[in-house]
Amino acid sequence: MRRLSRNRLAVSGGVVIVLLCLIAIFADLLAPLPYTKTNFGRLNEAPSRDFPLGTDQLGRDMFSRMIYGARVSMLVGLGAQVIVVLIGVPIGALSGYVGGRVDLFLTRFIDVMYAFPRLLFVILVMSMLGAGLTNIFIAIGLTGWVGIARQTRAQVLAIKEKEFVDGARALGAGFNRLLVRHVLPNALTPIVVAVTFGIPEAIFTEAALSFIGVGINPPTPSWGQMVGEGQQYIRSYWHLCVFPSIAIAITMLSFTFFGDGVRDALDPKLK
Amino acid sequence: MFHYALSRVLWLLPTLLAMALVTFLVMHATPGSPLDPVAEGANPLSPEAQKNLAAHYGLDRPLHEQFVIFVTKALQGDFGNSFVYKTRTVREIILDTFPISLLLGSMALALAVVGGLTLGILAAVYQNRTWDYLSVSLATIGVAVPNFVLAVFLIILFSFILPLFPTGGWDSPRNWVLPTVALALAPMGIIARFTRASMLEVIRADYTLTARAKGLGEVPVIFKHALKNAFIPVVTLLGPMFAAVGTGSFFVESIFRVPGMGRFFVLSMTGRDYPMIMAVVLTYGAFLALMNLVVDLLYGVLDPRIRY
Repeated sequence: MRRLSRNRLAVSGGVVIVLLCLIAIFADLLAPLPYTKTNFGRLNEAPSRDFPLGTDQLGRDMFSRMIYGARVSMLVGLGAQVIVVLIGVPIGALSGYVGGRVDLFLTRFIDVMYAFPRLLFVILVMSMLGAGLTNIFIAIGLTGWVGIARQTRAQVLAIKEKEFVDGARALGAGFNRLLVRHVLPNALTPIVVAVTFGIPEAIFTEAALSFIGVGINPPTPSWGQMVGEGQQYIRSYWHLCVFPSIAIAITMLSFTFFGDGVRDALDPKLK
Repeated sequence: MFHYALSRVLWLLPTLLAMALVTFLVMHATPGSPLDPVAEGANPLSPEAQKNLAAHYGLDRPLHEQFVIFVTKALQGDFGNSFVYKTRTVREIILDTFPISLLLGSMALALAVVGGLTLGILAAVYQNRTWDYLSVSLATIGVAVPNFVLAVFLIILFSFILPLFPTGGWDSPRNWVLPTVALALAPMGIIARFTRASMLEVIRADYTLTARAKGLGEVPVIFKHALKNAFIPVVTLLGPMFAAVGTGSFFVESIFRVPGMGRFFVLSMTGRDYPMIMAVVLTYGAFLALMNLVVDLLYGVLDPRIRY
């Protein structure tokens, strides 16, 4: 923790992340207008005093939509990781701990999933299931667990041979207790690192899906969707896609800096 | 070596088959059918018409039969007719558009390797100085920021503020610059980060010290002794790199209006164009698997310490 707080980039990344979370939580209070409020008299306006970031094709306030966009990004980024961990960790742990035929089957399966370009698969699943927040969770959950499962399996394989596990087993600890109380807590570090890098990846995935129109359902605003719609009019109305682009860039960079910081702080080799 | 190569080549087929199966299952296990009306809220086709169409495209057969038919035909290079572009075969469309995506991808990859190596070397040689910070920041931006966002910034910078390049199209090499850069930045960042790390390690190695002790100048030490060794771990990155460039091209192609395969990918998915989806997924999959194989074999050639 102390090492993390000494890393200036990681701290500023963390501060931005906290801010984004607060914006997402209090979006209703912060946004000057509801995100669905249209104003057909004032379409595609450039930033002005009335509309600090301009208005979109339907005359909706870009600033308000940007604020609500944070909600989707944060929800997907953090929520999807919960699902990924819930699927990936048990499968990886089981595969590594039980070994034998179960392990062989699971690793083969993981290998096939790895051969699939991930984004391709997510787009496939999304276009088949249809757009929507729940389906994004399903799509990311279905594809994202593979990396975590691999990490967990490798860790469990190494740890289950350690003496303290033997000791616990000799004292009569059962299968579940051994795995949950003794092996998994010691395998936690790389899982934590994988999760911190998984968050920006999930945010990126949502933005990318919404960008091509198979992510979040309109009228719910998502930054990726705003960039996707706005880039068609980039020549005439630059503000439509520039502001959400900046928001995505800042979010992704903050999570990357924070993730790098967490990784370095947890790495015992870097003292 | 030969045995290893052979077994890898033989593994290609089952991997592709598994990919085809997964794609096939995802397509058919989800609600919706290609016989549904394309426009939202449109009247559905009459039951007879649906039945005839299903029979025409073989959609009325049991699933396992459909899959077997698909595989046998695909092995002969026949992917059937597109459901959406009814007058064209999938083969035609892929043969038209894949070369464009390939050209864009290859240019992006070349730029990524050259640029990434240069940045990585500069960063390692001038560690903790301006060059280092510059290239590390550029690499981080490339890695972290999605390519469609980078594309927007590139258009703003180099089409509007400095009107150097057009905002889209594919007619002349001038159109190629921005999409290539947008697509290259992410892999470039990854290569730069890796090159930096592995150069830093190699620069401190004993044999580099020996080379310096012999009285060699800085340039031959870096290029002949250090780079050659630092390059080896970077080669392993090229496999995932191809994947990043391949999937990245959906977005870059759509922003810059490049007539490549990436655009068809999304269109065919939302249109439930089963033959197109299978063909596109398998083309990407086969290409990636092949490239991974080449990279792995190259690795063995480059690094004499590796024996298969």
